[in-house]
Amino acid sequence: MADTENKTLVPRLDRRGFLKGCTLAAAALGLSETMVPKLVEAATAAQRPPVVWLHFQECTGCTETLLRASHPDIARLLLDIISLDYHETVMAAAGNQAEEALNDTLEKHKGKFVLIVEGAIPLKDNGIYCKIHGKTAKDILAEIAPKAAAIIAIGTCATYGGVQAAAPNPTGAVGVQELVNVPVVNISGCPPNPINLLGTVLHFLTFKRLPALDKLGRPLFAYGRRNHDHCERRAHFDEGRFVEQFGDDFHKKGYCLYKVGCKGPETFANCPAVRFNDVDVWPVSVGHGCVGCTEPNFWDTMTPFYERLPDVKIPGSGVITDADNVGKKILGVTAAAVGIHAAVGVGKRIIKGKNSEDK
Amino acid sequence: MEVSQMAQRITIDPITRIEGHLRVDVEVDGGKVTKAWSSGQMFRGLEVILKGRDPRDAWLFTQRICGVCTTVHALASVRAVENALQLQVPLNAQYIRNLILSIHALHDHIVHFYALSALDWVDVVSALSADPVATQKLAESLSNWPGNSAKRFAAVKDKLKTLVASGQLGPFANAYWGHPAMKLPPEANLMAVSHYLEALDYQRKATQALAIFSGKNPHIQNLSVGGVTCAINPDSDSALNIERLYFVKQLVEEVRGFIQQVYLTDVVAVGALYKDWLPYGAGVTNYMAAPDMFLNVEGTEFDLPGGTVMGGDLKTVKPISSLNDEYFKKNVEESIAKAWYDGDWSKHPWEEDTEPKYTEFDAEGRYTWLKAPRFQGKPMQVGPLAQMVVGYALGHKDIVKNVNGALDRISAVAGVKVGPEILHSTIGRHAARAVRASMLADLALKHWGLLVENIGKGDLEIFNPPTFPKGEQRGVGVHEAPRGILSHWIVIENGKIKNYQCVVPSTWNAGPRDAKNQLGPYEASLMGNPIAEAEKPLEVLRTIHSFDPCIACAVHMLDPEGKETVKVKAL
Repeated sequence: MADTENKTLVPRLDRRGFLKGCTLAAAALGLSETMVPKLVEAATAAQRPPVVWLHFQECTGCTETLLRASHPDIARLLLDIISLDYHETVMAAAGNQAEEALNDTLEKHKGKFVLIVEGAIPLKDNGIYCKIHGKTAKDILAEIAPKAAAIIAIGTCATYGGVQAAAPNPTGAVGVQELVNVPVVNISGCPPNPINLLGTVLHFLTFKRLPALDKLGRPLFAYGRRNHDHCERRAHFDEGRFVEQFGDDFHKKGYCLYKVGCKGPETFANCPAVRFNDVDVWPVSVGHGCVGCTEPNFWDTMTPFYERLPDVKIPGSGVITDADNVGKKILGVTAAAVGIHAAVGVGKRIIKGKNSEDK
Repeated sequence: MEVSQMAQRITIDPITRIEGHLRVDVEVDGGKVTKAWSSGQMFRGLEVILKGRDPRDAWLFTQRICGVCTTVHALASVRAVENALQLQVPLNAQYIRNLILSIHALHDHIVHFYALSALDWVDVVSALSADPVATQKLAESLSNWPGNSAKRFAAVKDKLKTLVASGQLGPFANAYWGHPAMKLPPEANLMAVSHYLEALDYQRKATQALAIFSGKNPHIQNLSVGGVTCAINPDSDSALNIERLYFVKQLVEEVRGFIQQVYLTDVVAVGALYKDWLPYGAGVTNYMAAPDMFLNVEGTEFDLPGGTVMGGDLKTVKPISSLNDEYFKKNVEESIAKAWYDGDWSKHPWEEDTEPKYTEFDAEGRYTWLKAPRFQGKPMQVGPLAQMVVGYALGHKDIVKNVNGALDRISAVAGVKVGPEILHSTIGRHAARAVRASMLADLALKHWGLLVENIGKGDLEIFNPPTFPKGEQRGVGVHEAPRGILSHWIVIENGKIKNYQCVVPSTWNAGPRDAKNQLGPYEASLMGNPIAEAEKPLEVLRTIHSFDPCIACAVHMLDPEGKETVKVKAL
């Protein structure tokens, strides 16, 4: 083997190899040999909490949000706050070397790492629609989830199935909470504001417990209010001032977007409060309605996106009930959801380790 | 490592530092790649989900094909519906879309070079033995960037020391440090690591500029079939006004500074210091690019040229001169001969009716979920290099100037004169991308000026409402995305989506062999690549990463009856 290979950075070593590695590291760093015990201590103490991030059926948009975050920014997050031990988009190692890094962390930090899942898990046809290293997403989750200290599902795919679960949900995609028996923190959104993930992680690391959650598993600090209730255009809604068409005079004046399809009245999120990308914006502020992306099944319940929500009480003008298409979609979804829950029962049994014969 | 005279088969799964799940298999003989297979391993079915839905909603769905290429599927989708309806968008909407696509590309190209590919060339551990003062000297010989101080480099070195001493290398664990193919001196490595960290700040600034128009990012939310939704009103605090517009300008100017003084310079340095790599990675030298950054509402005048060049011969160049050019529309088809679909046909996207049929990975038969797109029956390389080659061949003034400028700088650092022929390579793809980023930064500011000028004339229009007639309409939406030419093909019937197909840059590049066994661009580019250590095939990553793979984009089709969808193996 060429001696150019730096063994100090190969984690799969026995203790003797490990001590030797620390000695080499000390030399490389220009430190004296007396530093070796300290290096050993630091390397085994896991000062930064280890995080394993899995990707299943997803678009990597949730990962991309972290690149946009400012507090903490991505460099501070990775170098000072957490140890991101497995993340396919970011990690330098590939193939077998990547797999080794994952196994190493699972072994060394069993019961101590935070598991973050991005993407849905397809259950149809025994999960064959998503495989990594020849293993299905379902099996990978079943193997890793029980070893985690906490599980966070990021994005509407990992929380509720997301876009691939939209009718007819061809792959039987579901979210993580349908498959595991421990509490899952759901950071929904497509993608979510990175503040909501980072806030959850920092809450967990600081207070050593998970934040308070709503019935859908979402942290109250981020999903406790309807967008409609803290929207800057709410006064226009209350006074009956609406945009009738994009680009009209009412649109130019920042009137309410309800009639051009805004789903804020049915969407729980902190978008108008914390806003996005540190430039004081969210979709409504740039003239487009909220599409309801933090809500389960929003691809079916909130579409067509440019039709108004039915049954919303408008001050002074009663209830608008002419949104036939939206209403039909909602009915269709209820039926689909029943089917998904049937599949879920099977999944849960698999992950609990119980046998999963047909019910 | 065992030394073997026999050919060795290597499977890399997962390929990391890309979007999505990609497996690459190579055969290595005598230290060189002799055979290669590129296999996409995930399947989600968005085209199936779109059937029967409102065409106005399609862009919100298709944007979720990919969060890395966020914006591009949104733009191609609204263009496809508008093309089907023969609906023009107002000039302001055209300019705002141009700003979105160019600013997104600035972010995307920066992230690709630093976060996704630099670690193939830069040895992070070697940086620990660099002298910060010597690093400053090196950096100053290349660029006037004010961030290149010895103090900054010393701080980065300290940060690295702390990281290594913690024993928790996080994403840097178990990688290719000390690999024999790593050739940069410690000072170049430290400079690159410092810029890797700085790049994280500048890519964020680009997304901020974008979000001022789009409300958030990734996954923008200000488009609509017929225009954009960001109302313009200089006399309102609830619309685009001069404060918002100058915020965009300042951010883009800052990002331009980084691109032109750091990113472009680093690519020149890597290209020159790895000049032994210039002969590798050409592969398919048929190139295709789309025109984009339109200057009028008809979409017939544009700042980025499109066209084709065949066999690397600049004299074969033919322009693609609008979104509606028949030369493009008529000559695209997709072959499924080596992919997991039923049949072995080759069809035009409007005519495709795909039936998935999974079989195991079979190097002699079918081995991927990716189809093989072909143009006039030929594989085409797409992406920034394709656009630079096509523009160079067309004599596009800005492209010729910028490409020649970069080649001169590489020549100066390498100490040997290089010409445009070196662009057909792994390094050439990086160089072309950096040149494109530099040009796009200038163009973003140009289109900012055009938008402001038009608003100044009193034009505040942003939207022309679509109407959907009875009967069938067909449309195509074309866009030159950061990874190359993207086209969405839609069939609308009675106001609903009847068929939807996306022909995506990463499918052009990562697609498999076709019925005639012509290799796809990834596969062809790996031929002859050197491999120093079969167990750590860093060199394969170099060439694959140079394309900027995006596999969620490449495989977006899905079938309810299909078998295995996703399988990821990396070298």
